[in-house]
Amino acid sequence: MTGREGMIACLLVHAHSEGDRIMEKKRKLLEDCRVLDFSNELGFLCGKILGDLGADVIKVEPPGGDPSRNIGPFYKDIPHPEKSLYWFAYNNNKRGITLNIETEDGRFILKRLAMSADILIESFAPGYMDTLGLGYSMLSQTTNEKIIMTSITPFGQEGPYKNYKASDIGIMAMSGCMYLVGDTDRPPVRTSIPVSYVWTGSYAALGTLMAFFHRQVTGRGQHVDVSAQASAAWSADTAPFYWEADGTMTKRVGNAIAGRSIHGAVMPAAYPCKDGYICWLIYGARAGGITNKEMVKWMEEKGISSEWLKTQDWDKFDPGPATQEDFDQLTKPVANFLGGLTKMEFLEEAVKRRIMGYPVSTAKDILENPQLRARGVWQKIEHSELGSTITYPGPWAKFSESSVGIQRRAPLIGEHNREIYVDELGMSDHELILLKQANII
Amino acid sequence: MEGCGIFENVKILEFGQIVAGPLISTYLADYGAEVIHVESKTRPDQYRLYPPFKDNKPGINRGFDFAIYSHNKYGITLNLRHPKGPEVAKQILKNWANVVTENFTPGVMKRQGLGYEELKKIKPDLIMLGTCNLGQTGPYAMHPGMGSHLTHLSGFTHLTGWPDRDPLILYGPYIDFIGVVYGAIALVGALEYRRRTGKGQYIDVAQIEGGIQFLGSTLLDYDVNGRIQERNGNRCDEAAPHGAFPCRGEDRWCVIAVFTDEEWKNLCKVMGEPEWTRDSKFSTLLGRKRNEEELERLIAGWTSKLIAEEVVAKLQSVGVESGVVKNPKEMYEDPHLNRYLWAEMEHREIGKYHLQLPSYKLSNVPPQLRMSGPLIGEHNEYVYRRLAGFSQQEYEQLQKEGVFE
Repeated sequence: MTGREGMIACLLVHAHSEGDRIMEKKRKLLEDCRVLDFSNELGFLCGKILGDLGADVIKVEPPGGDPSRNIGPFYKDIPHPEKSLYWFAYNNNKRGITLNIETEDGRFILKRLAMSADILIESFAPGYMDTLGLGYSMLSQTTNEKIIMTSITPFGQEGPYKNYKASDIGIMAMSGCMYLVGDTDRPPVRTSIPVSYVWTGSYAALGTLMAFFHRQVTGRGQHVDVSAQASAAWSADTAPFYWEADGTMTKRVGNAIAGRSIHGAVMPAAYPCKDGYICWLIYGARAGGITNKEMVKWMEEKGISSEWLKTQDWDKFDPGPATQEDFDQLTKPVANFLGGLTKMEFLEEAVKRRIMGYPVSTAKDILENPQLRARGVWQKIEHSELGSTITYPGPWAKFSESSVGIQRRAPLIGEHNREIYVDELGMSDHELILLKQANII
Repeated sequence: MEGCGIFENVKILEFGQIVAGPLISTYLADYGAEVIHVESKTRPDQYRLYPPFKDNKPGINRGFDFAIYSHNKYGITLNLRHPKGPEVAKQILKNWANVVTENFTPGVMKRQGLGYEELKKIKPDLIMLGTCNLGQTGPYAMHPGMGSHLTHLSGFTHLTGWPDRDPLILYGPYIDFIGVVYGAIALVGALEYRRRTGKGQYIDVAQIEGGIQFLGSTLLDYDVNGRIQERNGNRCDEAAPHGAFPCRGEDRWCVIAVFTDEEWKNLCKVMGEPEWTRDSKFSTLLGRKRNEEELERLIAGWTSKLIAEEVVAKLQSVGVESGVVKNPKEMYEDPHLNRYLWAEMEHREIGKYHLQLPSYKLSNVPPQLRMSGPLIGEHNEYVYRRLAGFSQQEYEQLQKEGVFE
């Protein structure tokens, strides 16, 4: 075990679930992979995923801490840079140092760090790293020929609006996916949390990992240029294809599913129930199998039926030729039926009867979901600085030979400055104090 | 397939359909992996049967979804329900593949005699990836469902829409795509692990588990603070205005987001500083948050007289965030999206169309544009004869027996 691995092994994690115990025995998917993470919210998930896989990720913040530490919600609702749950969620599996790269000493230190790094992630405005002499061509020519640099920006490194300002809502709008979501009588709407950042971070992780694998095989590094707009555009699914195939302009339809019937009939997607909403959709016999039939049977058992429901041949049902009247004959009693159930009553029975449908989960429902609990998804991570533990979604896949999951909580501001600058780079304590006083770290 | 891709010796035998399985290998195929997509004439990939079709004329080889999400692959037909089907699949593995992917309901592959334990006997260093809604294990593992359902179960729709209205469905099988990215990451991770250790493995990807990674602090907020976050239209705690505003033309919208007082002053200047902007109730973030509804109405009054592109150009030129709410047509016209996503390709029945590529560019390795989505059974002869090593006689015999139906 190298010193670096040793440090990783001295975990801040308390293993509670079975998943955790298995994880400790298995080797990580990535070993000897060091990542310097200079990114903002657009790139947080990229570094975290590489950390999940086993990389040694060092989050580099400006002195005083990253501005995103001011993003809520906060632990116990106390706004404080060491209590941002947003920071906790996306910067775990990283160590943390502070460094001001706008100073000469800061740039020199960055280059020293880059000499032993495999990957550098950044999300500054296009060209900013070049102006500091730290762009990909400079770093790869002068510092580390094999380095992989991943640059993550709203619209990519080139093009007419590469310098446009864009937060989540701007990315969602320009990507094309926002146009598809919303009530018909109101504006298009984004998801209320900034999902475009995580779409981007996950694609950035995939592109970076591909470049890393390529380097492992060929020895060559490269620059990975990631676009947030193009990442979010993947969530527009097939909508653009309709335009290219036959000129159909897909539009938002509210809480409904359209496009299943040639008559343009629409059906609700989620129905109100006793304690929230339940999603149940009509399928044709071919794709849906037994789901319509089982739903109608369950409704009958509960005394809800109609002449129309009784006369349908569910083994042959096809929503294609169905009219709005047909859909209404089905969805009205369904609405009535689901209105009398709780989300959990529906979920348990739907699983038993193989009915295709699910509750509209809130955060509470997700944390209480029996399947996720049984799968060992939750990891309790100790936050000794808070005197508390917090439950995180840990592993996102199960590997027979390996594992992913959270090894350490997100770093405090400059938490690993000594560990990295003194123990690893060999600076003296005196130098560390000087750098601190000069506001370089 | 020669070339200088990343995954030159990666050979994926893919049993799957629609998005969640096939797109994982497509992402690798774009960078050099070879992929055989297995379906059958009796049970073709369902995405072949989904609209849109070229010129709205249905046909098994005319669907855009399949042609786009399964490009760069060999397409073969193999009926796994035929008594000889699984054995033929095993021969392709034995003579050619080193990765197997599938997205059937859990248990299906095993019932066909094609479970990981069985296939590992043929290729001890096999990497096999199974992806499904809820995972291969656990009390709900066998429950069938589509991406549109799972997006609700994983919390996204509860957080989408207006506070006074129903939750809103997200377009398409939204969560499938999240499962695809995590699945592709898992697969490349396992390839790196095999390169280093020589060991293959089984990967169980549950799409819901990737999905909830995206919810981040929403889940922590409930665990720590007991708060259930709710949908909030287009608003954002730390900005005002922050939303989509109507512009001139039919269903035209722009977004505007103002985070700082300086941005607010610049927005006012661009609007020509009408009387209402001088009201001190709008001059601070807290004031704008308190009077947000009125603010939004007044901004909409200004934007609705202009075309969206004009608003965006003016605001961006003074450092205020703004963007056009692009529609599907504009997705093809956007110069930035064109740099990453769209690549022209010729398809035997569809003609010219655009493939969709990943949202990143690698400076030393361009994505490879080798083949359009295959016609059904297009590469049967090539795959069975050349790659799987069946003799001409065996191939014809299997064909006669209906193994490829």
